[in-house]
Amino acid sequence: MRLGLILGEVGQGLRRNISMVISIVLVTFISLTFVGAAILLQVQINEMKGYWYDRAEVAVYLCTEVSNAGNCTLSVATPEQIAAVEAELESDTLAPYIERFEFENRDQAFQNFQNQFADSPIVELVEPEFFNEAFWVNLVDPTQSDILVESLGSMAGVESVEDQRAYLDGIFAILNAASITAVGIASLMLVAAVLLIATTIRLSAFSRRRELGIMRLVGASNGFIQTPFVLEGVFAALIGSVLASGAVVVIVQVFVQGYLGGSLSTTTSFVGLSDALLVIPVLLGLGIVLAALSSSFAIRRYLRV
Amino acid sequence: MIRFDQVTKLYKGNTRPALNAVSLEILKGEFVFLVGASGSGKSSFLRLVLKEEKPSKGEVHVLGQRLNTIASRKVPYFRRSLGVVFQDFRLLPNKTVFDNVAFTLQVIGKSKGFIQEAVPDVLKMVGLAGKASRFPHELSGGEQQRVAIARAIVNRPAILLADEPTGNLDPSTSAGIMTLLQRINANGTTVLMATHDAGIVDQMQRRVIELVSGQVVRDERGGGYQTQAVPVQQPFGLAAEEGSAR
Repeated sequence: MRLGLILGEVGQGLRRNISMVISIVLVTFISLTFVGAAILLQVQINEMKGYWYDRAEVAVYLCTEVSNAGNCTLSVATPEQIAAVEAELESDTLAPYIERFEFENRDQAFQNFQNQFADSPIVELVEPEFFNEAFWVNLVDPTQSDILVESLGSMAGVESVEDQRAYLDGIFAILNAASITAVGIASLMLVAAVLLIATTIRLSAFSRRRELGIMRLVGASNGFIQTPFVLEGVFAALIGSVLASGAVVVIVQVFVQGYLGGSLSTTTSFVGLSDALLVIPVLLGLGIVLAALSSSFAIRRYLRV
Repeated sequence: MIRFDQVTKLYKGNTRPALNAVSLEILKGEFVFLVGASGSGKSSFLRLVLKEEKPSKGEVHVLGQRLNTIASRKVPYFRRSLGVVFQDFRLLPNKTVFDNVAFTLQVIGKSKGFIQEAVPDVLKMVGLAGKASRFPHELSGGEQQRVAIARAIVNRPAILLADEPTGNLDPSTSAGIMTLLQRINANGTTVLMATHDAGIVDQMQRRVIELVSGQVVRDERGGGYQTQAVPVQQPFGLAAEEGSAR
C-alpha cells in the first residue's frame, strides 16, 4: 500500500517535470561518461607503463668520427674502449642491476632502422655511417637507469647513455593530462548535475506543496514525505548512469578494441570489456549517491517543522 | 490537554510580541472559542499548539508532551493526535472526497482495509455519505468544509483545532458546521476554535478566551463574543461573574 503510494507519487513527479528529468538524464549521462573515460584512460596508462617499461632499454651510444659530444673527440671508439665498456657492464658493481645486454654495430643498427621505416623514403637517405655503435642494456629494475648513466657516462669512447623511458614519459604525460582534463570536465559537469537535480526536486516539491502541506499537517513522517522526491532524483540519475555505462562499453568495444586494437594491437595491449565492466558499478554508484544526496538536501527545506 | 505557561512568541523583525506571557489551560473534552481581532495572536496560538512555531519564551504542553523538547523527528507522530481545519478548507482539488479523506490515512501508513472502513464511516458522520466520489469543486462551501472536518477527525484525534472554520460560509451553513463540531466534541474530542463570528459564540455559550495584542484579556466559561477590550486581565472568578451577570 505505502510502497504503491510512494511509487505513484514518484511517477507523477517524473511526468510533471519531464523536461527537467530529461536534462538531468543528459547531464549525468555526459558527466559520468567522462568519469568512465578518465578511469579507463588511467587503467590504459598503467597497462602501457607495465608493457613498455619492461621493453624499454638503456642505450650506451659509442663515439663516431663526427661526434664531439660527451667524451668523444671526433674519432671512432677504439676496440679497447669498447672492451672497457663491456668489461664495466660485466663487472661486479653493475652486473646485479643488469638483466642482459647486447652490442649493436653500425650495420645492425642500419638494418634495424631500415626494417622499422621500410615504407618511408627516409631509408634511402641514411647510410650505416650515420649510426652509432651501441650497447643495449636491459635492467632488472627499469627505474635504476641512473646507475648506468653515472658509471658509464664518463668513460672514454662513450658518447651518451640514454634511457628510453624518458621518451615514454613524454607520451604518458600527455595521456595523463588527457585523463586529468577528462576528470576536470567530469567534475564540472557533475556539479551542474547535482545543482540541476536539486533545482528539479525543489520545483517538484513546489508543484506539490499543497499535498506536502497536508502531509505535514496530518503527521506524515519525514521519511515518507522525503522518499518520493529522493527516488525521483535517483531514478533520473540512474537512467543517466545506465546510458553512461552503455557509452563506456561502446567506446571500449568499438573504438578501443575495434579501431585501435585492430591497427595497433601488435605493439600495445588495450583496455578490454572486463575493465569496462569494472567501471560500470563505479558510475552507477556515483550517479545514485550524488542524486540521493542532492535531492534529500533539496527537500530538507520542506520538512522543517 | 493543552497548557500554556508564560508563553511569549516574538516573530523576527517585530518588536511587539504576537503572544505576551500567555498562561492558560484547556481540559479534556472542553469546547473553547478563541476570539479577538485580526493580529491579536489567535493564529499564533494555534500554530504553537501544532508545533509549527517555537515559543520565544515559556512552555507549551500538549497531550502530556512538552513541545519545547520534542525532537523534530517525532513531531509528525505528535501531530497524528491533532486534527486541524482551516477557513480555506485546503482540500486537494484533483482528488475525490473519499480520496481526500483517505489521503490522511494513507500517508500515516494505515492499511487499505482500515481506510475502506474508516472513511465511509466518517463521511456518514459529517453528512456526506452519498458524495464520496465527488470532487471538491463540485461541492458547496459548507460541504467542502465538512470534507475538511472529516479529514481532520478520521484518525480520531484527541484535539481538533479549527481556525475560523466558518469564515467563508453563510450563517445557516455555519450553523450546520457548528452542530457538527458540537457533535464531535460530544464524542470526547477537545475542540479549540478561533473565530470572528459573534453570533456563533453568543449562541453556543461555551468557554471563551479573548486575546488582545497577544494577551489574554478574558477567559470565561459560558461567555459570549465581546470585542471591547478590558484593559487589565481579570481574575478568572471575577470574569466569570461578569459573564454570567450579562
